[in-house]
Amino acid sequence: MSEALYGQLLNIAAGALLLTAVLILWRRELASIIDVFALQGLALATLVGLIALQEGSAELAVVAVGVLVLRAGVLPWLLRRALAGAGQTRRETRPLVNVVSSLLAAAALTLLAYAVSQPLVALDPSPATHAIPVGMAVVLIGFFVLVTRRLALSQLVGFLLMDNGITAVGFLTTAGIGVIVELGISLDVLLVVLVLQILKTRIREAFGDTDIDDLRELHD
Amino acid sequence: MTTLLMLGPVLIPLVAAAVYRILRWRPATVWVGAGSAAGVLATAIGTAARVTSSGPRTAVGGLLAVDALSAFMLIVIGAVAVVATAATPAHLRIELAAGRTDQRVCTQHSTLVQLFLAAMALAVLAASLGVLWVAIEATTVVTAFLVGQRRGRGPVEAAWKYVIICSTGIALALLGTFLLNYAAQHTPTPAGLDWVGLTAAAPDLDPGVTRIAVLLLILGFGTKAGLAPMHAWLPDAHSQAPAPVSALMSGVLISVAFYAILRVKIIADAALGPEFTRTLLIVLALASIALAASLLLAQRDYKRMLAYSSIENMGLLALGAAIGSPLAVAAVLLHILGHGLAKSVLFLSAGRILQITGSSRIEKVRGLAAREPVLAGCLGFGVLAIIAFPPFSLFASEFGIARAGFAGGLGWATAAALILVLVIAAALVGHTSRMLLGAPAAEPAAATTGAHPAAVPAPVGAITSTDGAVWTDRADTSVDHPGAAQPARAVAVPVQDPVIPVRTDPRRLGADSYALITALIACAVLGLTLGPLAPLLAQATTIVTGTAP
Repeated sequence: MSEALYGQLLNIAAGALLLTAVLILWRRELASIIDVFALQGLALATLVGLIALQEGSAELAVVAVGVLVLRAGVLPWLLRRALAGAGQTRRETRPLVNVVSSLLAAAALTLLAYAVSQPLVALDPSPATHAIPVGMAVVLIGFFVLVTRRLALSQLVGFLLMDNGITAVGFLTTAGIGVIVELGISLDVLLVVLVLQILKTRIREAFGDTDIDDLRELHD
Repeated sequence: MTTLLMLGPVLIPLVAAAVYRILRWRPATVWVGAGSAAGVLATAIGTAARVTSSGPRTAVGGLLAVDALSAFMLIVIGAVAVVATAATPAHLRIELAAGRTDQRVCTQHSTLVQLFLAAMALAVLAASLGVLWVAIEATTVVTAFLVGQRRGRGPVEAAWKYVIICSTGIALALLGTFLLNYAAQHTPTPAGLDWVGLTAAAPDLDPGVTRIAVLLLILGFGTKAGLAPMHAWLPDAHSQAPAPVSALMSGVLISVAFYAILRVKIIADAALGPEFTRTLLIVLALASIALAASLLLAQRDYKRMLAYSSIENMGLLALGAAIGSPLAVAAVLLHILGHGLAKSVLFLSAGRILQITGSSRIEKVRGLAAREPVLAGCLGFGVLAIIAFPPFSLFASEFGIARAGFAGGLGWATAAALILVLVIAAALVGHTSRMLLGAPAAEPAAATTGAHPAAVPAPVGAITSTDGAVWTDRADTSVDHPGAAQPARAVAVPVQDPVIPVRTDPRRLGADSYALITALIACAVLGLTLGPLAPLLAQATTIVTGTAP
């Protein structure tokens, strides 16, 4: 694979990553948000696969398959299962920030990501590091989803969006940090999602719904 | 032999967790948890002795390593774990007797607490930033269900906030880890994420990338350490968790997260100079102490009061780390140990008070000194310890931080912190004296639970006292006048409940009381002399500062 083609394909994968993040911000139906999230997992796995191909690393190729299974398969499946048990709340009806403002915020966050990432790109300019700002933008958009959505499941998606962005930055900078740590990180993320899913069920039992605004028992 | 010793703090709790998983919570396994914690403490002391005499070691293919700093943190984990697990059987027995929990939950509790201990030990033994990250995130996973263990809305809400906020914070730390790794790969001699390699390569790290990485790492681990403004989960989680879990979380978990900040600071100072982390830590420290002071003044809930006191103490640790001189760092390490002991005593006492009175509101607790002298003594002396009253070790450590601050050119920050600390001390003493003093509640009058259905606090139900009586409050919602040690306004009406086993002598001391008293004595002794801990503390300080104290 030539350097130019590699760069183009990497840009397409990174673009897909950012586009899916913005789509998640735009959509309100939880079911379609989860579909888009699965697509983003696919884009992330493609990105890792491309890096593996370019570096000719079999280990990284295995990691790419792992990313595909976890982020395009297992996590969306868990989210869908949580949604099936969610009853009526299948739609984020009143986010704290409306859709138009959210999209504007996403644009601003992307610019911010490019500004912040300057030293990261400057350290080692290459096709891979030029995509770092996109990963940073996904992290910031994920954080934005996390703090502006009211449903427990939407917050969970925001957290996972952040995590996808962080994983992307991790692979774009140094192609991973050792298999054991990589494995530990994936396991931790999976467990956090499981824990949150169980807690979400218990919130519904205790509060009747999974609107985070209802969590007002504890305050000073 | 050393390898086996240093793996002990991880392996022993794992074995104990397996024992609880297989044999479940039953009379025969009640003390397995405390035994395991004692094993952790013993192996930690053994490891510390080896490290002090023969230097740092690595094990398991370089994944784990122990130096004086790790060994010191292992001792803190072991000491607080012994106190918390020794008080667990009494805590769970009362919860079982009151019907608020069952054997399944007790089994789950004991298993998770052991996994929690193993994860914390793994975090301080981690040889690299990557393993440390995995271990700290693992503590979030295992403690989530411990926070949400009790029934009702409060615990579930606290657990959700805890997992979402801490996982997000820790995710930022992961991003920082990736970026630091990136910077380390682009040095003349590419280094990995292990502490030794990173410290050696630190002067060559790219400053621009390292600055972003360090910012993310300190904010991320600072979230887990409960530093303001990322503290929002802490008062909820620490007040809703069962008492032994609160003791462990407040006593050591947040300190383990702070240990991660200290490790990051070593590398950041070598790469960027001390100014960058100093500014960041001073902002976090003063924000934490000021926030704690403002919310403690009018605090109405004694468990939240203790939680905010933890935020204050984390702020003091951050201030000490910002000063960064050998005296300050030695004081910070001593403060971690002293705070762990005193705060675990306080949370365990608070848990006991909650079991007796059924309310975590300060105004509902009156005349404790007359009703429960031992418990009141633990709470009273614990509060004296936490506000740094001599001879407790927190006096020595806070004095050390203050002296180092004025000597190290951070006079204004230290002075501001000291004024706020005095305000906090006054608030803590005021709230606690209202709980301890005053006329004891009215003499028991026989009645049945059914006669006061409306008076029973809804989620908690009937509450046992050591003498077997059930105390409920008359529906008295009047707001208390702060600062006035006046006769009890909320008159507790003890209600006989035939179901609950009656302990014959309420003054009889259980293992839990002995654990609390021992911890307080240890805290006081540490304030007078460090004894054999001195060389370990000196070596740990050298690791953080690069120079001897």
